[in-house]
Amino acid sequence: MSSAFLRRLLPSPDPTRSARPSTAGVNPLLPSAGAKVMAALTVAGVVICPLVLDDPFWITVLGNAGTFAVAALGLSLLTGFCGQVSLGHAAFLTVGGYLVAFFGAGWGWPLPAWLALAAATGAVIGALVGPFALRFKGNYLVVVTLALIFVVTHVARNWEGFTGGFDGISTNKAPLALGGLDFGDMSAFGQRLDRQQGLFYLSWILVGISALVVRNLVRSRPGRAMQAIRDRDLAAEVIGVSNARYKVAAFAISSAMASVAGATYAVGLRFITPNEPLAELFLSIRFVAIIIVGGMGTVYGAIVGALLLGPLPELVKEFVSYLDVTVPGLGRPLVSEVVAAEPLFSTSSFSEVLFGVLLVLALLFQPQGIAGLLRSLRIRRAGRALR
Amino acid sequence: MDKFLQLLLSGVALGGIYALVALGFVVIYKASGAFNFAQGGFVTLGAYMVYQFGTDWGLPLWLALVLVMIAMAAVGMFLERLVIRPMVGKPVFTVVLITLGLLLIIEQVVRAVWTMPGLVLNTPWGNGRSQLGGVTLRHADLWTMVAAAALLAAFFGFFRYSRTGLGMRATALDQEAAAAQGISVGRSFAVSWAVAAAVAPVAGVMLVSRGGGALSPAIGFVALAAFPAMILGGLDSAGGAVLGGVLIGLAEIMSQGYLDVSWLGSNVEVVVPYVLMVLVLLWRPEGLLGTRRVERV
Repeated sequence: MSSAFLRRLLPSPDPTRSARPSTAGVNPLLPSAGAKVMAALTVAGVVICPLVLDDPFWITVLGNAGTFAVAALGLSLLTGFCGQVSLGHAAFLTVGGYLVAFFGAGWGWPLPAWLALAAATGAVIGALVGPFALRFKGNYLVVVTLALIFVVTHVARNWEGFTGGFDGISTNKAPLALGGLDFGDMSAFGQRLDRQQGLFYLSWILVGISALVVRNLVRSRPGRAMQAIRDRDLAAEVIGVSNARYKVAAFAISSAMASVAGATYAVGLRFITPNEPLAELFLSIRFVAIIIVGGMGTVYGAIVGALLLGPLPELVKEFVSYLDVTVPGLGRPLVSEVVAAEPLFSTSSFSEVLFGVLLVLALLFQPQGIAGLLRSLRIRRAGRALR
Repeated sequence: MDKFLQLLLSGVALGGIYALVALGFVVIYKASGAFNFAQGGFVTLGAYMVYQFGTDWGLPLWLALVLVMIAMAAVGMFLERLVIRPMVGKPVFTVVLITLGLLLIIEQVVRAVWTMPGLVLNTPWGNGRSQLGGVTLRHADLWTMVAAAALLAAFFGFFRYSRTGLGMRATALDQEAAAAQGISVGRSFAVSWAVAAAVAPVAGVMLVSRGGGALSPAIGFVALAAFPAMILGGLDSAGGAVLGGVLIGLAEIMSQGYLDVSWLGSNVEVVVPYVLMVLVLLWRPEGLLGTRRVERV
């Protein structure tokens, strides 16, 4: 009955066309005029930003936000669209970081080669984790992905020939040239740009590619299959959506993105050392907070979330003087880098607290995140226009 | 042989600590079906509070522990009321994420309150040890095993015989059906959080005294190794938590003692719990003693 009802709502099929209905135009890349304008503004903003902004702090912060956005887009595909929660996301960033250090900086592999290697390695490891998601769901999967963090930090500390062990390894010499374009020393519109400005472009180009990949996936058949799995995996399997295929694919693609993000982030850092497993867990939670606050199940939500939350630790550190206020009743400053002043929080602990508070508040009051907030505003405005 | 017995003893004692942490996970899982990632934070907070009451203010350890258990129960109930109760009926996944947020916050709050590094928690048994043949018995290990056994017995009694415990089991099985039988689902949640938070300081004290009494905000880290213990044993089984804890503890200590293979690197025992967990899960997804679930479509 319901299918007959649905058929009445849809335009009657044109008998001259093939039986399979075309989906072209049903779910376009940019669904509304507003989305087109926002996309154009974002691209323009990215192009202009390094040219007009010569403050190295802000260029670094915004470039890092770009790498965070790449990784967040990956997690958004996995969690927001395919419904698989992972706390192992940070492990893939670590993998990408060491790959660029060893092959890029060490062996002098060119930019496309180390980026491709990071993506391929991330995808392979992700595809190996994928089958676990078939056997374990929800809670279990969260803890199984936690295992990734332990394994990767262990390898990072112990495989000294590859990672430099506890001493770490430099990523500084990784080539940044793509054909005639050297992101490490480029010029644009008659201006010479330094390494940070070049890395800004590199990371936002990667954001563009990742956003296109995720958006095109979710508006086509594989994406619909993933969303069916998210909503009810057993029901999806029954109607012929292969859980195995799409869960593994979601893990592979999301891990590839995280690994690429890790590689570019490591190049920006110039030097990497192994994390504590706990720090790695907190980094993973940070990505979860990013996609929740930005809005799960949307592409732009992940980017907005990364822009807002990604740079938090750096911003807290830069603007610590504004937070260096004495807490009444305790006589201790709220945040300070001076240990002797006995602050309640160091800058890094304060940003952890902020992530925790934002995550909890978002889940309590705005579980759909910023994207959901905008959607409800749009619906309200449309409702008012009808009246 | 002595080395083996020594490691066996040490492993069982470490397993007792994991079991104590895992009991906290299990009680919340039994009531609400959610993982409480903040349990590690509770362990840290509890240990520091016992330090405050016992070592700093000079109360006897047992009294400090009892007071802290009561205080932590209040903390647990407060947090449940504040951030978990509004999530009743929402996907379990959101509750798990909230507890992750709580973990971030609690750890930093502990750092904010107890800023002094190198605090030491005094226990009556201290670093005492007795010699049994070729094996050294650390008194801290002995007390850990006693505490784990006592709390486990209390758990069994509580869930099997008390009205509240029965109500909590019913809530875990089916919230709606439990409510229809007159069981307050909210109260079950509150009690489960109170119990989990109250067990935490015991685990914290045992953990700290095992390491010689040195406190550090990172001790909650052990909770991450207690996850495999709980999953290994079976999520909804208190007995499984103990079995899983002991198995993980043994595996960790034995690999520390015997698994000295150079290509595996140092500190391989940190990874062992997780590898063991994944292997067991591949074989029995519901854990060793967990209830097998059947999903109907």
